[in-house]
Amino acid sequence: MSLAEETSTTAMALKNRNLLLGGALTAVFLGAALLSFLWVPYDVTQLDIANKIKGPSAAHWLGTDHYGRDILAMIMVGARTSIAVAVVAVGIGMLAGVPLGLWAAARRGSLLDEVIMRGNDLVFAFPSLVIAVMITAAFGPSATNAIIAIGIFNIPVFARITRSGALTLWSRDFILAARVAGKGSARISFEHILPNVLNLLIVQGTIQFSLGILAEAGLSYVGLGAQPPIPSWGRMLADSQTFISFAPHMALFPGLAILLTVLGLNLMGDGLRDLFDPKLRRGRT
Amino acid sequence: MLRYTLTRFLSLCLSLAVASVVIFFAIEVLPGDPASIMLGVNAQPDTLAALRTELGLDQPMVARYFAWVTGLLQGDFGISYTYRTPVAQMIADRLAVSLPLALFSLALTVVIAFPVGIWAASRRGSVSDVSIMGLTQLGVAIPNFWFAMLMVLVFAINLQWFSAGGFAGWDAGLLAVLKSLTLPAIALALPQASILARVMRSALLDTLSEDFIRTARAKGLTRRQALWRHALRNALIPVLTIIGMQFSFLLAGGIIIENVFYLPGLGRLIFQAISARDLVVVESVVMLLVFAVILVNFLVELAYAAVDPRLRAR
Repeated sequence: MSLAEETSTTAMALKNRNLLLGGALTAVFLGAALLSFLWVPYDVTQLDIANKIKGPSAAHWLGTDHYGRDILAMIMVGARTSIAVAVVAVGIGMLAGVPLGLWAAARRGSLLDEVIMRGNDLVFAFPSLVIAVMITAAFGPSATNAIIAIGIFNIPVFARITRSGALTLWSRDFILAARVAGKGSARISFEHILPNVLNLLIVQGTIQFSLGILAEAGLSYVGLGAQPPIPSWGRMLADSQTFISFAPHMALFPGLAILLTVLGLNLMGDGLRDLFDPKLRRGRT
Repeated sequence: MLRYTLTRFLSLCLSLAVASVVIFFAIEVLPGDPASIMLGVNAQPDTLAALRTELGLDQPMVARYFAWVTGLLQGDFGISYTYRTPVAQMIADRLAVSLPLALFSLALTVVIAFPVGIWAASRRGSVSDVSIMGLTQLGVAIPNFWFAMLMVLVFAINLQWFSAGGFAGWDAGLLAVLKSLTLPAIALALPQASILARVMRSALLDTLSEDFIRTARAKGLTRRQALWRHALRNALIPVLTIIGMQFSFLLAGGIIIENVFYLPGLGRLIFQAISARDLVVVESVVMLLVFAVILVNFLVELAYAAVDPRLRAR
């Protein structure tokens, strides 16, 4: 990338409102999660029954829960759980899905391609919630199961997007040149196709990251995700349900944390897509 | 069309067969013997053995798999380990809650998304388009069970318009059913309607930039006439695909929402079954959900082949 191109990308990024707002929201939650390793306002394992179910105050900015734990501290530590689950789940999806998609595209039209794509369709028939239910039935609930369930569901997503991106590339001249130069299809896939579908993968990765956060929250809400005492946003919401009529702050803040994080990631995904592909800029979904 | 339908149907059967193998063997890995869970720790060894024989647990796994699948095909889902009643009956009772909920929320999704998406597309770039798109961004990001809890707080606890939870049953009349199912259906529909409205808008905008629309405009149709007469029909294909996928999300997502409202649907059943290690029930409900997803996808594929003849030739 030349210097001129690079500055124009930076200029475009600065003008991109979705990217800026989304990036800022995401940065706040990543920052909160990272900060929680160094400092939290209160210890989240410390129970303080005398101060239970208190609304927001100077001492507890977002109030306390039914054990007197500080909700701000819980949200900060909960961010770690959400982010960790979503990141690893996206990682699983990419590590398995991308090579499968590349492989299917390299052998496009063959039986192998058909088998890989039908296999993907089949995995799509198992929503991550259903996978989580099956894993929990077999091994009991844990954050690891949530990661596996969301990760498995991500595999066909990445396989499909990689394959469709790669298919359009295989007919291009520069790939033909690489074949004439004697490179095998595996080498072409990794040296030439992969770098060219990377933009697609980054955008999809952002979207799957946000879906992962929502899915993790849903799973821990029904008790299939992170187990106590590990704080998680979904679990905080489940705990708050009994108290909602007289302590709505317990439900409000963890929910807002999920909403704003997911919103930030979605806006960032839209912004990145506009940045990478100006053709798509006319307001897609 | 017949050939297309047949190949799709074969692929449907194959998917179901593979899915049943995956589900059965995944769940049968479960440590813990259902017979000893049912009888408790003080059970006599010979009682245990008798119960295992009765439940068919002494058979090899492959034989049990075939017995299970043969049963499913005949509508016999087996007997629940914990309740000692036919699983098919239990599922039918719970479906009387879960299926209407999914259909109700699907209807709401379509009823909200179509006008909103069409409105936004026809006023592209205007203030109303930008604000609608902003709202749908929020709708996509909101966790539906949290939204459900907030609605319970406002509409059930404070205003008392709807019930905060529970299900009176169909015998209590349609009004009582609507009181129990409206809030859960809205909670399920909101994110899906936001997604669908965005898909509708972008599909319409894509179609509106095509040559045949330009021709229609050149013939003297206004932008709005071209949209209603020509673009809408062509935009329906991507929209239909998404609706098909959404039905399965609504059915599976109901599992979580049923928990918010304490509805006695499939979701509650599956959680009770997991904690009681009632394998037959877990397997059957999971199989049913997966079957629903595969079946809906099959119907959607047939629907587009009917709408778009080009797809049949593929």
